[in-house]
Amino acid sequence: MNARSETEVVPIASDDKTTAMTMIQALRSAMDVMLARSGDVVVFGQDVGYFGGVFRCTEGLQAKYGKSRVFDAPISEGGIVGIAVGMGAYGLRPVAEIQFADYFYPASDQIVSEAARLRYRSAGDFTAPITLRMPCGGGIYGGQTHSQSPEALFTHVCGLRTVMPSNPYDAKGLLIAAIECDDPVIFLEPKRLYNGPFDGHHDRPSVPWTNHPLGQVPEGYYSLPLETASVFRPGTDLTVLTYGTMVFVAEAAANETGISAEIIDLRSIWPLDLPAIINSVRKTRRCVVLHEATRTSGFGAELSALVQEHCFYHLEAPIERITGWDTPYPHAQEWDYFPGPARVAAAFKRAMEA
Amino acid sequence: MSEPLPQRQALRLHVPEPTGRPGCHTDFSYLHLSAAGEVRKPPLDAAPRDTADMAYSLVRVLDENGQAMGPWDPQLSPELMRRGLRAMLKTRIFDARMLIAQRQKKMSFYMQSLGEEAIGSAHALAIDQGDMCFPTYRQQSLLLARDDVDMVELICQLLSNERDPLKGRQLPVMYSIKRAGFFSISGNLATQFIQAVGWAMASAIKGDTRIASGWIGDGATAEADFHTALTFAHVYRAPVILNVVNNQWAISTFQAIAGGEATTFAARGVGCGIASLRVDGNDFLAVYAVSKWAAERARSNLGPTLIEWVTYRAGPHSTSDDPSKYRPADDWSKFPLGDPITRLRQHLTLQGEWSDTQHEATQKELEAEVGAALKAAERFGTLGHGHVPSIASMFEDVYKDMPPHLIDQMQQVQKLGGRP
Repeated sequence: MNARSETEVVPIASDDKTTAMTMIQALRSAMDVMLARSGDVVVFGQDVGYFGGVFRCTEGLQAKYGKSRVFDAPISEGGIVGIAVGMGAYGLRPVAEIQFADYFYPASDQIVSEAARLRYRSAGDFTAPITLRMPCGGGIYGGQTHSQSPEALFTHVCGLRTVMPSNPYDAKGLLIAAIECDDPVIFLEPKRLYNGPFDGHHDRPSVPWTNHPLGQVPEGYYSLPLETASVFRPGTDLTVLTYGTMVFVAEAAANETGISAEIIDLRSIWPLDLPAIINSVRKTRRCVVLHEATRTSGFGAELSALVQEHCFYHLEAPIERITGWDTPYPHAQEWDYFPGPARVAAAFKRAMEA
Repeated sequence: MSEPLPQRQALRLHVPEPTGRPGCHTDFSYLHLSAAGEVRKPPLDAAPRDTADMAYSLVRVLDENGQAMGPWDPQLSPELMRRGLRAMLKTRIFDARMLIAQRQKKMSFYMQSLGEEAIGSAHALAIDQGDMCFPTYRQQSLLLARDDVDMVELICQLLSNERDPLKGRQLPVMYSIKRAGFFSISGNLATQFIQAVGWAMASAIKGDTRIASGWIGDGATAEADFHTALTFAHVYRAPVILNVVNNQWAISTFQAIAGGEATTFAARGVGCGIASLRVDGNDFLAVYAVSKWAAERARSNLGPTLIEWVTYRAGPHSTSDDPSKYRPADDWSKFPLGDPITRLRQHLTLQGEWSDTQHEATQKELEAEVGAALKAAERFGTLGHGHVPSIASMFEDVYKDMPPHLIDQMQQVQKLGGRP
């Protein structure tokens, strides 16, 4: 059993100055720190070099570290991941970007058949210490191919680690941990959270990270452990298992219903922090699973099964799953698709009434 | 006055066919061969576009009489040629013995490289220690040409026994020997071709002097990773040799179905801005000379080279294949580039550096060596009888450290103690 569960934010060394950062700046800072720490770290992808990325996540890095460390790649996801595997086999630590998670599919063979299995099939002779950054998630009118949440396609693959941060502080600490990790890591970045938290109230003005406590990010090196969830909001009535943008949606639903929901931000989707989940559900005796991805065979099904297996005698209500619908991500019907606070609040009430 | 519209014909789908099917002969004129010594040797820094003619001709050194001809003659010492001949013989004898072992059910599966022994053997001798090959499952000659690779270790992999360095996790022939510059073989075709480019890019990023060598068959060039490899190798001028082994067949599929009809695989390289050569793959001297040229070019920061090795898959695709169902039974004997072992043997004999007695003695010696290696490996178990790697080793190396869910699953299986 994993005994590394933590319920508080890892303390920061007091001499390390913190700065307000967006998630974009935090991710860039993580890559900056790691490029500076090791000559084996290289960053590449489509529009990543000179231009600094379509989301600005790599802005200034090529100017600072040179073209052999940070560079533009042809539009070929299979090629981008394929060279990352080859570089990893050589001994580098590539951090490759896929412009949108929706476009990882051409690289599926390299991810599933190669990166994930290289250590296993070669009995450790070769490894793939690579990080694949992919902006993911909806809530931005991205339509079918700029909104997907494909995490379940990765969690099903043995040998991969799948990680998704929900805020700038975690984003930097987890990305540094991913780059340092000797296993291949799929690093999913909810693009809806790039500039500020988002609770699903699309009709309200967006808020920046500037004034949010999790937007305070140390300037230097720190890392957060993988396989460790955080209790985003402590509570006693029910447990919410979620990650990414849905963390804030769950928070809004909890505030609006007055239900004392304990929100577990998984951060590492798989392998995950099972003790944190078990501890919380056995305490609250109710569980709601939330994700943007489509429902059937989504990661929520695995979460629901794990809770059922480990907390059966503690459960007072059926496990609720609130997810995207089993349809491609639509454009015009964005807010009927996205699992917003109203749907989540209704699920909370159902769980409490059961 | 406008011209009358031409009569429109019904469109027809073209599906290429080999000329030879079971019961009839193959017309090998499609190969477009050049005479030995006929094709020029470009300067090492040739511009890719200036190799266009090379992509449609055929570099050959040895003529029909076993004479070395023309500018590509590498002028090898008799000693190195004997080493090459020995490596080819060793590969062929190894393959033949393992085929029998598969038929005896000592291993589940095997793939021979009959007829293709020159390519890996000469290439291995032309590149440096420290260079990394990204082979397919038919480049065992890259390993068997090396003196530092123990045949017992290879056979233990084939037997999946307790000494299998890959701990029984991989299908036979999917070797991985990093210290011998032999990258882990994957069942998924073409994936390693782009990885070779990435490895070469890494070497360039670190200012290293080592180069990569990627391998692919004619059939697998149709995979997307073939194209990504060419694009990335060209874009970043990666120090890589891109080897296409055109043995005319992808299982039952003739190379025309892979896109080889009326063109060459070497021509793809030129189209992508990569210096490209088309070479007699059964001519040990040509393989050595061209491999050396491409390696020097890569090592001098002059960029990648694509080489199409023209050869013939003389044996079945694998132990699960029966070629008599889709091609003439005597096809190899008609293949105009012959047998690589016969051709180098003839050349060495002509030079007075080899004799039938030496040949037979070497063959006997290698048969004994392979037989002894098989016997030694079998002592650590075979598929049918024995000692397979432990249950725990099934769960190790999925990740660097075993995560809790795998520890849990491992303990579940261990409790069953091998009971299904």
